[in-house]
Amino acid sequence: MAIKDYIRERFFPHMWCAGCGHGIVLNGLLRAIEQIGISKNDIVMVSGIGCSSRISGYVDFHTLHTLHGRALAFATGVKMSRPELKLIVPMGDGDALAIGGNHFIHAARRNIDMTAIVMNNRIYGMTGGQYSPLSGYGTSATTAPYSNIDHTFDVVNLSVAAGASFVARTTAYHVMQMISVLKQAILHKGFSVVEILTQCPTYFGRKNKLGGAVEMMEYFKNNTTSVGSKAKQENPELIERGVFVRKEIPEYCSEYEKIIQRATIG
Amino acid sequence: MSQNIRFIQGNEVCVEAALYAGLNFFAGYPITPSTEIAEHLSLRLPQIKGRFIQMEDEIASVCAIIGASLTGHKVMTATSGPGFSLMQEGLGYAIMAEIPCVIINVQRGGPSTGLPTSVSQGDVGQALWGTHGDHAVIAMTASNHQDIFAMTVHAFNMAETYRTPVILLFDEVTGHMRERLVIPEPGEFPLVERLRTSVKEGVDYHPYLPREDGRLPMSDFGGKHRYNVTGLAHDMWGFPSNNPSVVQGLLRHLVDKINNNSHNITRYNEYEMEDARTVLISYGSSARSALHVVKNRRARGERIGLLELQTLWPFPFGLVRQKCADAKYIVVVEMNMGQILQPVRMAVDNPERVYLANRIDGVFITPTDIKNILRIIQGRGM
Ligand SMILES: Cc1ncc(C[n+]2csc(CCOP(=O)(O)OP(=O)(O)O)c2C)c(N)n1
Ligand code: SF4
Repeated sequence: MAIKDYIRERFFPHMWCAGCGHGIVLNGLLRAIEQIGISKNDIVMVSGIGCSSRISGYVDFHTLHTLHGRALAFATGVKMSRPELKLIVPMGDGDALAIGGNHFIHAARRNIDMTAIVMNNRIYGMTGGQYSPLSGYGTSATTAPYSNIDHTFDVVNLSVAAGASFVARTTAYHVMQMISVLKQAILHKGFSVVEILTQCPTYFGRKNKLGGAVEMMEYFKNNTTSVGSKAKQENPELIERGVFVRKEIPEYCSEYEKIIQRATIG
Repeated sequence: MSQNIRFIQGNEVCVEAALYAGLNFFAGYPITPSTEIAEHLSLRLPQIKGRFIQMEDEIASVCAIIGASLTGHKVMTATSGPGFSLMQEGLGYAIMAEIPCVIINVQRGGPSTGLPTSVSQGDVGQALWGTHGDHAVIAMTASNHQDIFAMTVHAFNMAETYRTPVILLFDEVTGHMRERLVIPEPGEFPLVERLRTSVKEGVDYHPYLPREDGRLPMSDFGGKHRYNVTGLAHDMWGFPSNNPSVVQGLLRHLVDKINNNSHNITRYNEYEMEDARTVLISYGSSARSALHVVKNRRARGERIGLLELQTLWPFPFGLVRQKCADAKYIVVVEMNMGQILQPVRMAVDNPERVYLANRIDGVFITPTDIKNILRIIQGRGM
């Protein structure tokens, strides 16, 4: 199938700014799905609220555009009630880790089979450039006019600590890697997290004088490296990309099937 | 025929009734005085291949049941005041996206953490206006085990019929008291299944285009139609829209589908109402004491009756007005500061005849409490 066949053309043009990284994520995600060859009827995409979360409106799956921060909670209900469906949950960094932080760690802890994609642009795009928990110390935002004193989360470390059984990071620049890790994440049985560093030229770029979309993507190219690479040893400032964790541990819905078996025998 | 008789708590009645109605998925977070509902369902649901999950909080619980409803299941959550407050955004989502679900609030005293183990009916107003924006909601209650069963089944039926959340407002007394329940036979109560679309695969399905009667045929997530569900104002495709006529049409539909069907939604009981000059209006556990007063005083020849409301929202204005037409005294008996008193005053011709007999101190209102207040109202002194 062509990528076009995964899109609801009726709902275009999309609402993203020119140069926004979210569209690149959409493209990478659809290519990953197309390469795996899952039927559109078997995919449920659940998103929250934010520029990133609008991704669900544009794709021809069963799509559930929910409340700010709550996508994983809705997704948990969908998955538990129809475990055979594939759940893909794209979220903004604020959506996933500020208002939705609690749902994020608990979904990871349960190891419920779904793919959480954190579209990390380090800012609240939808509401116009306020700092997010991922903005980081020293950044600038409309609510941090004197510079941000909030420290950031490391999404990878957080996910690992919370119990996610597949954890990866990539960027909007590294599209081929994005497709590859998304494929692995979607095929993984358990809670998978893919953090994708993506650019919001309109707010994060402008507020922090990082240039336009091209300069921001160049930043991803020049300041990241493969996980475990020598470059990282030489320059610890570099952000690692790739698959950090992949483990086979009991998945939540499969475990619940065992409970049903136990309950129906007795 | 041998009857299936049980001697159980109100919260267990609710569990039995939900299972009778076809409940298949429950998500919740423990909170007194509702916790027994979650405990029993964690045991019972997997026995019928249903699913139970204890979520990380009440926000997640209401979101999870909405997700599970979309895949075609009958769903429920149960909580009490603090948790019900947390559920308000999700409740509004279910109203806006028209997702059938049942939310039980076994009321405790509030506000805030309030009185976790004491009785109150303080969340009646919140059930109606707790979530933001113009909307209509269905909320019901009951005063005894047989009715808790019937109203719980009715709640599922109304949720599925009108594709809307239905709130069951029980309270600490009805939830925890034990009395006899005759479990109805299968088939004794009709069960409503949601309308499913007959649109064939490959043909355009408009998930948010209501039929003439206001009902909205649904397609299960995972089924043959793929569509968008959102809490944003949306068009017939379920796609976000801020077109004024689309928005106006949507809001009217959401409110009209409930308010115009109040006759189908409303349930009530009446006792000794034919010639009553004093009408007690009550609901939930306080109606038990009110009924006691009516029986007691009728025996002594007083023309007194009880109108027990079971559907609180949409408020049955016409019913209350008609039943109170000949009353000299209309006394609302409730355990709050007058949350049903207000709509009763709006409903009747002579609002100055409407009085309040209440308790707000976490102590169950007794027949003696009501009698004492009646004496004052009827001008007979203490
Ligand atoms: C309960 C609630 N609080 C606040 C908002 C307002 N709001 C909408 S999107 C958003 C943040 C979006 O940022 P992020 O999740 O990082 O996604 P982005 O827009 O950057 O893609 C906020 C605060 C809301 N919709 N709901
Ligand atoms: S505001 Fe930022 S995140 Fe939102 S669409 Fe524009 S560039 Fe993208």
